[in-house]
Amino acid sequence: MCSLCGVLGADDHWTSAVARPGVYTRNVDQAGRRREAANRMKFANAVLRSRGLKIAEWQGSSYILSSPTGASRIFRNLAHLWPEAEAMSGRPFDPLDPALLDALKAAK
Amino acid sequence: MKADETLTAVNLLTGFLGSGKTTLLQQLLGDPAMADVAVLINELGEVGLDHHLLERIDDNIVLLNSGCLCCTVRGELADALLDLYTKRSAGDISWFDRIVIESTGLADPFPALSTLQAHAVLKNHFIIASVVTTIDAVNGETQLAGRMEAVRQAAAADVLVITKTDLADEVATARLHRLLARLNPAARVIEAGQAKASDFLASASALNEGESMHEALHAADAFARSGDGLHHHHHHHHHDDHADAHEHDEFDVQSFSLVIEEQLDWTAFGMWLTMLLHRHGDKIFRVKGILNVAGEAYPVAVHGVQRLVHPPVHMHEWPDSSRASRLVFIVEGIDPALIRSSFQAFNDLSAKVL
Repeated sequence: MCSLCGVLGADDHWTSAVARPGVYTRNVDQAGRRREAANRMKFANAVLRSRGLKIAEWQGSSYILSSPTGASRIFRNLAHLWPEAEAMSGRPFDPLDPALLDALKAAK
Repeated sequence: MKADETLTAVNLLTGFLGSGKTTLLQQLLGDPAMADVAVLINELGEVGLDHHLLERIDDNIVLLNSGCLCCTVRGELADALLDLYTKRSAGDISWFDRIVIESTGLADPFPALSTLQAHAVLKNHFIIASVVTTIDAVNGETQLAGRMEAVRQAAAADVLVITKTDLADEVATARLHRLLARLNPAARVIEAGQAKASDFLASASALNEGESMHEALHAADAFARSGDGLHHHHHHHHHDDHADAHEHDEFDVQSFSLVIEEQLDWTAFGMWLTMLLHRHGDKIFRVKGILNVAGEAYPVAVHGVQRLVHPPVHMHEWPDSSRASRLVFIVEGIDPALIRSSFQAFNDLSAKVL
C-alpha cells in the first residue's frame, strides 16, 4: 500500500516500470534488478549525505531511511524517499537549490 | 507489442469550457475508424445537450454523475472505467478497443491521467494513449492569457486542435497557431476542420514510440539553433515567430529544451527527475523528449505531465542523425538555467559515485 495516499498496489515507479514490450526498464531479470537497485541506493545516499541521512534496502522489499540521531522510517516505494527525507530533515530536498547542488558538486 | 494488446488505449479529450470538445468528438465519431470507441463524458448541467447528441452516435456512454471530474476523478472515473471493463469482459456491451474520456472544461488533466496510471487495477488494463486539447480560435488567446486551467490543458496536450476557425479571422487564428507553438512546442497543432480520426487514434505513449516524439525533437532542435542548448547558460525571451524560450503573457510560463551531448546515466536521471517533479511538479507542465542512455544503443523516450511520468519507451532506432539527449520542458516560473545546472550536477555525481 502507498503509505502516503493509501492506494493499494502502487509500488511501482516509472524508473523501474513493469517490463512490457517497448517499455524501457531495468526491472527485467533478477540480476538487472539487483544491480539497478544497488546503484539507486548508492546514488540516493550520495544525495542524502548532504543532510547526514542514509538509505538502505530493508528485507528486500522495503527501504529504511535513517538519520544521524537514530530516527528511521520504512517505506515500500522509492517514490516516497523524498517526502520522507524532507519530513526527517525538516526542510525540502530541492534539486534546484544551489546549496544542495554545491554539496553534490563537492561530493567525492 | 504483443502484451500491449491487452491494454486498452485511453484518449483524454480536454479543452476549456465551450471550446468545442463535444463537437470535435461528434465529428470524429462519425469515422468508421472510431466505431469501436467507448466514450466517457462528464455530466455537468450544461453538457446535457451534448450527451444527447453523443448518444445518437454511440451507445457506449457511461455518465459520470459527479459534478466535476477534477475533484472526484479518482473514485468516479476509476469506477466508470472498471465498470466499462467488466461489462466488456462479460459481453454485456459491445466490444470496444479504446476509450475516449471527455473531461470538463475546467479540469486540470492531471488527476484523470494519474488515476489511469496509479490505480492498482486500471494500470494493468488501460494505457494513456494521448491527450487531445481543443482551443477555441475566438476565445483561446484570452483564456490562455487569463486562465491557468487553459494553460495546463494546452501544456498537457499531445495534439492541440484549434476549433471555431470559421468564426475567427485569419490573423487571429495565425496568432493562436504561433502562441500554441511557443506554449507547447512538443504538441502537434491541427485545425478542427482538418482533424481526422487518425489524429485522435495516434498514440503518444508506448504504443507509438517514434512519431510522437517528432514535434518535441523538432522543437528541441529549434531551441538549440537559437542558442538555447545546455551549453549556453544565458537564456532569452524573444517574442518573435521563431519562438525561442518564451514567457507567456500573463503567467510566467515558458518552454525550453535541455540538450545534453554526453551520454547520461539512467539511475541519476531517474532520481533527478523524480526529485524535480516531487518538488516542482505543479510548476512543470510537461517534460518530453529522448535520452541517450549510457549502455544503450538506442534512445529512451520519456514523457511526463506534471508529476506523472509515463513508462519510458525504448525506441528501436534514432529518429535523426543527432545523438544528443533532447528534452522539452514547459515550466511556470522556473529558470531554465537552474534546471540545466541541476541536471548537470546530478549527472556528474553519477560519474563519481556509481
